[in-house]
Amino acid sequence: MQREGEIRIPSGCAVSGIFSKAGTPISGDTIIRSISVMHDRSNGLGGGFAGYGIYPEYKKYYAFHIFYDNSVSKQECEKFLERHFDIINLSKIPTRKHPKIMDEPLIWRYFVTPLPHKLSDSQLDEREFVARCVIRVNTQINGAYIFSSGKNMGVFKAVGFPEDVGEFYRLDEYSGYCWTAHGRYPTNTPGWWGGAHPFALLDFSIVHNGEISSYDANRRWVEMFGYTCNLQTDTEVITYIFDYLIRKQGLTLQEAASVVAAPFWDTIRRMPEKEQERLTYLRDVFSSLLITGPFSILLGFEGGLMALNDRLKLRSMVVAEKGDTFYVASEESAIRIIEPEVDRLWAPRGGEPVIVRLSSGTSV
Amino acid sequence: MVIDARNMHFKDLNESIRRSPDASIEIQNCCGQRYIGCGLSGKELQIYGTPGNALGAYLSGANLFVHGNGQDAAGDTMDGGSIYVDGLLGDAAGYAMRGGSIYVHGNVGYRAGIHMKAYEEKSPLLVVGGEAGSFLGEYQAGGTIIVLGLHTEKGRLPVGNFCGMGMHGGSIYLRAETLPPDFSERLLSREASEEDRSHIQPAVQEFCRAFGEDFETVWNACFLVITPNSQNPYKQLYAAEQ
Repeated sequence: MQREGEIRIPSGCAVSGIFSKAGTPISGDTIIRSISVMHDRSNGLGGGFAGYGIYPEYKKYYAFHIFYDNSVSKQECEKFLERHFDIINLSKIPTRKHPKIMDEPLIWRYFVTPLPHKLSDSQLDEREFVARCVIRVNTQINGAYIFSSGKNMGVFKAVGFPEDVGEFYRLDEYSGYCWTAHGRYPTNTPGWWGGAHPFALLDFSIVHNGEISSYDANRRWVEMFGYTCNLQTDTEVITYIFDYLIRKQGLTLQEAASVVAAPFWDTIRRMPEKEQERLTYLRDVFSSLLITGPFSILLGFEGGLMALNDRLKLRSMVVAEKGDTFYVASEESAIRIIEPEVDRLWAPRGGEPVIVRLSSGTSV
Repeated sequence: MVIDARNMHFKDLNESIRRSPDASIEIQNCCGQRYIGCGLSGKELQIYGTPGNALGAYLSGANLFVHGNGQDAAGDTMDGGSIYVDGLLGDAAGYAMRGGSIYVHGNVGYRAGIHMKAYEEKSPLLVVGGEAGSFLGEYQAGGTIIVLGLHTEKGRLPVGNFCGMGMHGGSIYLRAETLPPDFSERLLSREASEEDRSHIQPAVQEFCRAFGEDFETVWNACFLVITPNSQNPYKQLYAAEQ
């Protein structure tokens, strides 16, 4: 089979998200209903979901979701995991036979915690240790791909239409305070399981509708800091950009949004002085992390969700609120299908992030 | 005829509309179906719910009424007829329309009226009751865009950035007293003259009639007219240094 980067298919996408600020568990079935309204935006070459708050019983442990091409890659990867982690639990990820989901790899889940002596020997903080292990497996172990590595969250993805992918993974049996979903219409590359969205590292996950033209500039920058772009698809690099800016550089989400969707210099010049200074600084320091080209993205992270459009708003995105619940989708219909009567609905401007978080004191 | 569009695919919905011998059709529970009323003439549709993208594309004389919000690219390349939306519209409303009218009670997204053009005796019209996003009238080549900003507070503008970017024909009317701060040198502006006002009066009257707004309140305000500056025509945005 040809993978990403080995073939180019000249040929849109759909994103949807739901977030309960009160931490109320939402069934995976709800997000499937939402994304399925936008069926015609994808072409069956990729669908996926990220759920947050879905593993409360294992919330202290990193949940690794792994695709294996075969049992050899599995053995090799497990050997690596055993050398670096205490594996608390492992199992196949439960799936349901589905007529439209074919050619599935081996799909396994591990709840792990770094081995204390390995972690202390590495002199790294825990999250950096885990991130490095994930990147190492994905780069060095042929046929093994850790596509989800956060705590109390998980990514589920496949080649297929998103509603079929959701049924395949039995998402109706999970519930969480946040879900994001993606329907893929690959524009440059064939679809394969690892190339479906969301892309995730630690608790950061990205679903993306669009096609970024700055991919190589962005990739060269993040690869200086230990990330490896294995999939030659633009969304992967967006995940690493946010991990780099937020986890490693300590930027706020708002600042990170100002880096990737920086306003035009002309627009900055007309802003109040303080704002000019702030935006000029961010554009100067992180100039290579400006993302150009059309995008609408949802960034999931522990306890929150950010929705962001490119500065020219070349992709559609609508957000809404109803009580404590926040909704976002490429199309309003994907919100209305799960909540016909919203309190407020609006279209954020290009480059204007919408950030929601769990209300303070909420435990999930 | 009433069509319950719940769980109906757009192909089936549009086929039922085309096949129906009725001149007036009501669509209930509409949720995301695309291309409603595409190329349609001689009918009237009352749509409840949220119609999908490309509502009334290539519309050819039919009248569509949306009781709710519309999505992207409503009236794409429409040629005649009218679309009334008692709510919001998404991005690229009236994309490349060359005839007919679109009336929106609330806001429209980015790039409303992009590539709008006039053709022989046809001159399209887009009236927005609320605000318009950035790139209003981008590459506009003909026709009339009116933005009323009915709920815009004093001191704010009912349009975003890059208003009239690349515009080379037609006119944009803003119910506002000041121009956007990034107003392009490629454009000209003037306060609406009596002649300008009489050009848009029927459209504003129709807007008020359709959505129950008070005409006098809307009309007794300053309107600015924006047209392209043929002495200083548009040059590129996207490939230039930004």
